[in-house]
Amino acid sequence: MISSRFRILLAIILLLLTVPAFASGEPLIFKDLDQETRYLKLTTQLRCLVCQNQNLADSDAPLAQDLRQEIYEMMQSGSTDDEIKQFLIDRYGDFVLYMPPVKSNTLVLWLMPGVLLFGGALVLLVVVRKRKPDSEGQEEEISS
Amino acid sequence: MIGRIVPIVLFVLLGVLLAVGLKISDHKTDIPSPLIGKKIPEFSLPALGREGVTITDKDLIGEPFLLNVFASWCPTCRTEHPFIEQLAASGRLRVIGLNYRDEEEDALAWLEYFGNPYELIMADVSGRTAIDFGVYAAPESFLVDANGYILFKQIGMVTPQIIEQEILPLIESGGSSQP
Repeated sequence: MISSRFRILLAIILLLLTVPAFASGEPLIFKDLDQETRYLKLTTQLRCLVCQNQNLADSDAPLAQDLRQEIYEMMQSGSTDDEIKQFLIDRYGDFVLYMPPVKSNTLVLWLMPGVLLFGGALVLLVVVRKRKPDSEGQEEEISS
Repeated sequence: MIGRIVPIVLFVLLGVLLAVGLKISDHKTDIPSPLIGKKIPEFSLPALGREGVTITDKDLIGEPFLLNVFASWCPTCRTEHPFIEQLAASGRLRVIGLNYRDEEEDALAWLEYFGNPYELIMADVSGRTAIDFGVYAAPESFLVDANGYILFKQIGMVTPQIIEQEILPLIESGGSSQP
């Protein structure tokens, strides 16, 4: 039987082994917390072009690393978030943004949820009205 | 009456939607490049395997060319390489290489083994110039006209069919000039 002391020791050793996983990747040094927050926010709003359902912050693709580095450097040289986004849009198109801009070709995308919601509500209203028994209508007449 | 037609109409619309979806699913990871119709970005890169030699965007302009982004680590590049070689050998279009995020030694060994069809090769070790070209995967190929404007971009493998039907007609029709 394995003693409990040995188990604890094993657990500690295993925990120590996980440390290098956290330490991998290039450490970035930010001017202040504000900039760091900006960087983290921006990289989650941008799409990794290689693994297209991951954002830049999540992706470990070499291109994502390059783009993160580029974003970091642009921030250090004083670029605004919009300038950085535009830099990427100029090269990779609107697709890099998770939130697509409202344009003629994205209008359907933006309006459809509203149209569906409104349409659904309309259908619901009609169906519910139809189901209403006649007696209720009479009741309404009486009460009013 | 209307109650019967509405579900049929909805069904047909759904069918159309799914058919369109199926049609584009083959290319859904291809992102249309915003650089088409624009001039190639400025760059200055070392020539692969030629110490001290630098190639800039201006060195390439003058005659149409195909810029082929390749790397020794890229398996699809191997598959398309014979087609790139055929194109270069035919003399119908210049072929320029952009060696993307590669080690010089590996790239040179790769070219030695598979053949070198390129008139010039730029070494983009950091991948910084590739970002300016909007490259996100290798292989990618850009057709550039005599004035340095990008006419066409192929994401992924270039095939003989693409060369014959899409690339060469664009430059051989004489419509290569842009203001």
